[in-house]
Amino acid sequence: MKKPIIQIKDVTKHFGNIIALNGISMDLYPGEVMCLLGDNGAGKSTLIKTLAGVHAKTSGVYKIDGVDIVNPSPEKLLNAGIATVYQDLSTIPLMSISRNFFLGREDVIEKKWGPFKFLDFKKADKIAFDAMREIGINIREASQAVGTLSGGERQCLAIAKAVYFGAKVLILDEPTSALGVAQSSMVLKYILQARAKGLAVIFITHNVYHAFAVGDRFTILNRGQTFGTSEKATVTIAELQEKMAGGKVIQDLSEELGEDSKNL
Amino acid sequence: MVDERISEESFFSKVFKKPEFTSVVGVIGVFLVFFGIADEAMFRLEGVLSWTEQAALIGILAVGACLLMIGGEFDLSVGSMIGFSGIIMAIMTVEYGFPAWISIMTAFVIACGIGFINGYIVVKTKLPSFIVTLASLFVLRGLTVAVSRLLTDQTLVGGVKEASEGDWIASLFGGEAFTSVFIYLGNMGIIDTFDDGTPVVTGIKMLLVWWFGLTIVGVVILRLTKYGNWIYATGGDEQASKNMGVPTDKVKILLFMGTAFCATVFAACQVFDYGSADAQRGLLKEFEAIIAVVMGGALLTGGYGTVIGASLGALIFGIVNIGISYTSIDSDWFRVFLGLMLLAAVMLSNSVRKKIMRS
Repeated sequence: MKKPIIQIKDVTKHFGNIIALNGISMDLYPGEVMCLLGDNGAGKSTLIKTLAGVHAKTSGVYKIDGVDIVNPSPEKLLNAGIATVYQDLSTIPLMSISRNFFLGREDVIEKKWGPFKFLDFKKADKIAFDAMREIGINIREASQAVGTLSGGERQCLAIAKAVYFGAKVLILDEPTSALGVAQSSMVLKYILQARAKGLAVIFITHNVYHAFAVGDRFTILNRGQTFGTSEKATVTIAELQEKMAGGKVIQDLSEELGEDSKNL
Repeated sequence: MVDERISEESFFSKVFKKPEFTSVVGVIGVFLVFFGIADEAMFRLEGVLSWTEQAALIGILAVGACLLMIGGEFDLSVGSMIGFSGIIMAIMTVEYGFPAWISIMTAFVIACGIGFINGYIVVKTKLPSFIVTLASLFVLRGLTVAVSRLLTDQTLVGGVKEASEGDWIASLFGGEAFTSVFIYLGNMGIIDTFDDGTPVVTGIKMLLVWWFGLTIVGVVILRLTKYGNWIYATGGDEQASKNMGVPTDKVKILLFMGTAFCATVFAACQVFDYGSADAQRGLLKEFEAIIAVVMGGALLTGGYGTVIGASLGALIFGIVNIGISYTSIDSDWFRVFLGLMLLAAVMLSNSVRKKIMRS
């Protein structure tokens, strides 16, 4: 049996007297896509930020490769191989693709010149160009601005960057929520590619269809608690949808809407 | 496999998208205009040096202002900083008899300290730097006038030249470079000389050397080092930069220290060239520097621009400012032209940015 790369048990997070996470438990194994589903306010972003080291948990256990994480910080977790791609906040549109690709990781393309260190853009452009091509995104040149890429391509760039820099766990924060159908499928395809490389992926979304297309397991979050994790074989889209809405079936919802629209 | 939707980019479109495009067009434009209307004396050695010196003064400030603007912030206290640093140097050297080099170093340390405070307040309070440095604009100017009157009973301190005689650090700011080249050129009859054989122009003022030096340093930092990457990123999207591990607070504070440093270079060049310091010096220079940066194609909103562009913007400023006195146009019109050029530059660079994002 494979060992989990991330283990969390009964994790809670309080902000003052607000309980954002109220006992979350979850395991994550290499080479699987774990979908985190939940409605707005379910605690998804708090959980991501806790996993990414932005927040420190209030209580509970958070282990990476069996090692307890104490005093977390984003840098520490990045170095431990946990890479987080935030929706809209992981690329800088006015900068070139290669500058974006190496942002925060410039040491890889630095070359020494006397006491100074300069960036080797020839090398950077080549690596970024090849990485983009590998995931099927054709760009004219790596020096073009990221603003010229589509939303899906930007997400893929951020993911490609994380993969290139040796991430073991990818945390993707609603990577498809602002995208159209074709763009979403590009991102989903790339998630599967990352999984095939043995990465563990945490895919946060509130689109059950996207989740079901790539997920191996599904964890449902509701009001700061987990509703348990289901294997893909044991669950249907309708069941997931129902759990996510907290027991409220879409049918009820449409009836409710129907009532309301009569009263208009 | 090549995507059929990616068409070859035309040469014109590539050139148009360079951030320096507006300023290069501007420089060529004003050159052509002044070739047409100005007296030919403007393009003789003396004339050339007078407008390049003006350009150098603005250019020294523009390098710092440009890096800061790309980093997403403004510094309006630059002009007051010039007066402040100048008075520190002059009072220490003349009134208290310190060696000039100690006065210069002290001024640099204090100025960078104030730059640090500006940056620290902006970063910690997250207030717009426009307001924070507007406050320091007034505080510094007031402090300069008040302190110099308190210590010397006046706001103008003279006699710096005599007091700093032979100090080689002072001559790094107030002196002239390449003097032997000019004597040689005079002897060869290539440049104008007085009757006794000394050339009319004896050398290039050090402030020109500082302008070139700071421009090169700025270009190298921005284009070729990771710090340049961080500056673009910080101004482009601060939150995203933080997510990617860029120490944006540190970047901003250092950039504010950079503008204060540039202002002090400006002050030192003036104090040791003129031999005096005036508490009122540097008035409105913060805006002139920002104008040069914007004419150089940088975006006011940050994340985009180049140091070369800013220096070319300063050159345009110098040519128009001094060149106008070589024409029959009254120099009262200078500010009218400046304002119109600024407006044209902003409109042009705005359309350039849209084109970049559309590709």
